[in-house]
Amino acid sequence: MLSILRTMWDVFLHVFKRPVTIPYPEQKAVLSPRYRGRIILSRDPDGGERCVACYLCAVACPVDCIALQATQDETGRRYPEFFRINFSRCIFCGYCEEACPTYAIQLIPEFEMGEYDRQNMVYEKEDLLIAGEGKYHGYNYWKVAGAAIGGKDKGEAERESPPVDLHSLLP
Amino acid sequence: MILRTLIFIVGLLFITLTLAGWLTWVERRLLAVWQDRLGPNRVGPFGTLQALADAIKLFTKEDWVPPFADKSVFVIAPAIILIAVLMSFVIVPFAPGLLLANLNIGLLFFLAMSSLSVYSIVLGGWASNSKYALLGGLRAAAQMITYEVFLGLSVMGPVLLAGSFRLTDIVEAQQELWFVVPQFLGFVLFLIAGVAETRRLPFDLPEAETELAAGFHTEYSGMKFGMFFIGEYLGMILLSAMITTLYLGGWHGPFLPPIVWFLLKSSFFLVLFILLRASLPRPRLDQLMSFGWKVLLPLALANLLATGAVVLMRGG
Repeated sequence: MLSILRTMWDVFLHVFKRPVTIPYPEQKAVLSPRYRGRIILSRDPDGGERCVACYLCAVACPVDCIALQATQDETGRRYPEFFRINFSRCIFCGYCEEACPTYAIQLIPEFEMGEYDRQNMVYEKEDLLIAGEGKYHGYNYWKVAGAAIGGKDKGEAERESPPVDLHSLLP
Repeated sequence: MILRTLIFIVGLLFITLTLAGWLTWVERRLLAVWQDRLGPNRVGPFGTLQALADAIKLFTKEDWVPPFADKSVFVIAPAIILIAVLMSFVIVPFAPGLLLANLNIGLLFFLAMSSLSVYSIVLGGWASNSKYALLGGLRAAAQMITYEVFLGLSVMGPVLLAGSFRLTDIVEAQQELWFVVPQFLGFVLFLIAGVAETRRLPFDLPEAETELAAGFHTEYSGMKFGMFFIGEYLGMILLSAMITTLYLGGWHGPFLPPIVWFLLKSSFFLVLFILLRASLPRPRLDQLMSFGWKVLLPLALANLLATGAVVLMRGG
């Protein structure tokens, strides 16, 4: 009996508590910088695409919402011919970001992606690409990778020694 | 004279029905406050027009009668509760001279009408011809019989003290002392029985969303469901008014006009019912029944005995 009255009193005391509800359209929630929202493709500091079309994000995606096709430019630099994310399937798990070896694919704290037409939920590469570097500044995959591309041969990457000339090792 | 009565009837219908609808919004807002939420605050200023929006929604819903239901009973059941509860408002004395019928059996009329409203639940549950509704109807029948008994017994206290079934006499008898003081046990019993009678939480076993989908009104939709819903809230208002009349001195109170006192006291109980809903869990059916028969009924009888003895000793 007493416990019932105490329960009622304790519930009544919530009159003096502030509601936790955030009335959304007027007031926005504070999202952390690592919030997993919309997916973007970032660029390296030189403005080139970071994505090397390795398919790891498409493999990691549990709902198969990423589709891409790899291709190469004339200098041997890999990039996606098309890169398509179907956001009506995406569950915003962030596995693609974890899988990405070049920091290209990233999730940003933006979630207002409502559309009236389902087809508009499919984002193409030009919709996904942003102008900046996203969360990782100053990183340029091709500058540190040993692969030879146009304007950079083997051994010319940062923190890399030129390849050993096998013939100079002969006795 | 007849015209005045007619106007009063129409006004009372309008006010009670509006109040019952508006109470749904009040309840949702208050529950939200007690659960650290905001509640409906979009329709109209502070969401006050939410009830209107809900009413429009209910009216535009498909009015569906299940093919397996007993059609005529199914249709009539929601009307019974509304009629029974609205009829009870006839005898509520809001202020001196401000009541429809000053029956000399006013209290008995209230008990009769609240018993009639049970038929609505039971018939609605059985006519629906579905498992959940049937279980809800069965529970309603068991619960109502249990709680009807000492609802009637507990109100005998004020009747003994006032020496009349006429509600105005009972209110007049509380001029010096509200009956809540000499009849505190009876007051608590009436409160519990009343909550069970209106099927409000924590005694909403006939409805019991978590166990029985929606209990007796599982198969109802549209305005038929709306009538059950409004009936429940009207029952809440009626019960608050009756508690005020029987135990809290009705319209008596200093400074303010009588009607204001009556409304203040009634709204206190309305808020209390909503607080009960916000804080207490629902008991099991067997707990409810044994609590009613083994605890509350003996208490009500003892209360009646003691009150009768005191009245006799004072040479009443």
